[in-house]
Amino acid sequence: MVRYMLKRLASLCISLAVASLVIFTVIEIAPGDPASFMLGINAQPETLAALRTELGLDASKVERYLSWVGGLLTGDFGISYTYRTPVAGMIAARMWVSLPLAFYALLLSTLIAFPAGVFAAARRGKVGDMGVMGATQLGVAVPNFWFAMMLVLVFSINLRWFAAGGFVGWDKGFWAGVHALTLPAIALALPQAAILARVMRSSLLDVLGEDYMRTARAKGLTTRQTLWRHGLRNALIPVLTIIGLQFSFLLAGSIIIEQVFYLPGLGRLVFQAISARDLIVVESVVMLLVFSVIIVNFLVDLAYAAVDPRLRSRA
Amino acid sequence: MFHLRSLILGSCAAALMAGAVAAKSDITVAMQLEPPHLDPTSAAAGAIDSVLYSNVFEGLTRFMGDGSVVPGLAESWEISEDGLTYTFKLHSGVTFHDGTTMDAEDVKFSLDRINADDSVNAQKALFSAISEVNVVDPTTVEIKLSEPNGNLLFNLAWGDAVIVAPESIDNIKQLPIGTGAFKFTSWTQGDNIMIEKNPNYWGTPAALDMATFKFISDPTAAFASMMAEDVDVFVAFPAPENLPQFEADPRFQVLVGSTEGETILAMNNKQAPFDNVKVREAVAHAINRQAIIDGAMFGYGTPIGTHFAPHNPAYVDETALSAFDPEKAKALLAEAGFTDGFETTLDLPPPSYARRGGEIIAAQLADVGITAKINNVEWAQWLETVFKGKNFGLTIVSHTEPMDIGVYANPDYYFQYDNPDFQTLIAKLNKTTDPEMRTQMLGQAQKVIAEDYVNAYLFQLAAITVAKAGVKGLWSNAPTQAIDLTAVTWAD
Repeated sequence: MVRYMLKRLASLCISLAVASLVIFTVIEIAPGDPASFMLGINAQPETLAALRTELGLDASKVERYLSWVGGLLTGDFGISYTYRTPVAGMIAARMWVSLPLAFYALLLSTLIAFPAGVFAAARRGKVGDMGVMGATQLGVAVPNFWFAMMLVLVFSINLRWFAAGGFVGWDKGFWAGVHALTLPAIALALPQAAILARVMRSSLLDVLGEDYMRTARAKGLTTRQTLWRHGLRNALIPVLTIIGLQFSFLLAGSIIIEQVFYLPGLGRLVFQAISARDLIVVESVVMLLVFSVIIVNFLVDLAYAAVDPRLRSRA
Repeated sequence: MFHLRSLILGSCAAALMAGAVAAKSDITVAMQLEPPHLDPTSAAAGAIDSVLYSNVFEGLTRFMGDGSVVPGLAESWEISEDGLTYTFKLHSGVTFHDGTTMDAEDVKFSLDRINADDSVNAQKALFSAISEVNVVDPTTVEIKLSEPNGNLLFNLAWGDAVIVAPESIDNIKQLPIGTGAFKFTSWTQGDNIMIEKNPNYWGTPAALDMATFKFISDPTAAFASMMAEDVDVFVAFPAPENLPQFEADPRFQVLVGSTEGETILAMNNKQAPFDNVKVREAVAHAINRQAIIDGAMFGYGTPIGTHFAPHNPAYVDETALSAFDPEKAKALLAEAGFTDGFETTLDLPPPSYARRGGEIIAAQLADVGITAKINNVEWAQWLETVFKGKNFGLTIVSHTEPMDIGVYANPDYYFQYDNPDFQTLIAKLNKTTDPEMRTQMLGQAQKVIAEDYVNAYLFQLAAITVAKAGVKGLWSNAPTQAIDLTAVTWAD
């Protein structure tokens, strides 16, 4: 087990190092100078040079890469070119919107998908199953930004139950924050719920066809009892994998939803930083997202090993 | 009994609501872009001025909503005979929001800072004629120029020349301290900036107690935020296609005014085939301005025939010189030796005037045989390759700087127009302070560039503001990118 973990840990470190190099190169290669973006078209050459010096942009690319990576290792993400505040603080502030939103959406998607998936599997081939499958088909097909706009149209413009966007801040109270995140969370959650419900259903159906399920029926349990006691637990493994993947997706993939609801989250920060060529912010946020995906995968690997002893011995 | 109770409840509710309406003294203003930081003197971002100009920071002179320049922190001034010395008399008793006094020392500090070697002021060039700033007494400042500059009072009204204090300069990017009728309250990055009434303001106090600026970049979200009444005002409303809906709705008003943005199809004057004036003239005649205004801007915008704002008294209408005439364009191309047309590139930055307008222009050029390959670019990339690298054939851009016809005198400017006569004319204009002479010379300058077909002049960008019906005192024009709230009130 220890050897397995060390091996995983080493590959994690290599992934991160490669990712940092790729991110830095790709972002620095794109044309566009942050200083000329800041100062616009009337800027004098000596003014641009002064700003570049102030921002530390006159150092060589290698020096800048090393100082960036060195900073990351010590938790110092550098100073934003445009905002001129520490990047770490900016990311932390945005995390207070993006993380709760991702968790909220994940919770909603799970709460919708579980009953829907179980319901459809239990009524396989019947009208209920077809209804749920049709609805999930639609959920997968509908783009979430369009769905978000429809939500705004109905619940903000017509019914006035929610604001059309923006975030009041957690200092206005827990429920005010939850209220502000509700529409975006629903918009994010539904397509994910549709995917999850389909996985839940098919995984449950696979399990229901297993020999031990027949044995359970044979020893006298009702259909419902076999489903809940033996089926569900075994069907859960692929579902949990999908949930893990979805969390990374929800954290990184909410850029469009944050635009539609003008939420001050991580996605919007990246969006603004890209157009302003605030390279250091883009690099650090992308690195953080890569880090979170790699860490989640690492944890999933460990969880597999814990669940399935065969994986441990193979390593 | 039941009736009585509902009657009482109803009147209570009415009384409460009436109280709430009468007491409305705050406003929520939305705009598309968020300021990168809060120092108007060290960035070109218009969003900084939108929030802070006139509200929080003031200069010696200031723009009014109609574009005129009036006294700001300076109550009066005298100009010497030779035009080389300006003596400004400052208002007395002006304090910054941190309680320190604003006097001649602060003015000297602010202007010296623009011209310092390590200055990062985006408009440094406007103030390069200033050779010396002297403090005569606490309310008198003398500005000495190395050569006469007829634009000085105008340039001092720019947001880049607002008066800042040495005491608060270190934190200005996060904590702006000015002299205005509003003081900065808070900034939740990514979401909003709040300002509140300055009770110690030296001039006419603001009517509002509080204002919140929100940043909504997505056009659909902009529409939804207004319709849901989450915001009271949306300045530079990004979805012109939705304006008829707002105009028809009694809850809203739509203000349409003019900006300083001359939208042009710029041509690379040093690059073949655009180094041939016949080709440039052909391009100008190939373009149907009204079709672009209707198609790309939903009808909002004023056609222009030269690089000058139509609302300016010195404007000369030169649109006839480049009237839409595809046959003439083809004839001119043939004369220039391009009977079969030619191929070029068309670089389009992100704003919709460029992206939507570009599609229409490419189609119009195709009609006369010119194939323009569209190349969509981000602003940073546009600055790098087109503006700095001068590596382009055609591009569409709106020049939003006020009174910027002078850029045509710079042969290194990205469209590379090099006409010594024009350069002499602008040099003379800069030294002229007599208003009548200036108007005449400005007219001449407009004519020269129109006749040389330097660029194809499309239209003046409209300023479109959507607001709740009760909001009064907003600027409808945008002589500079400011959202001046000092005179804004709610109608009863």
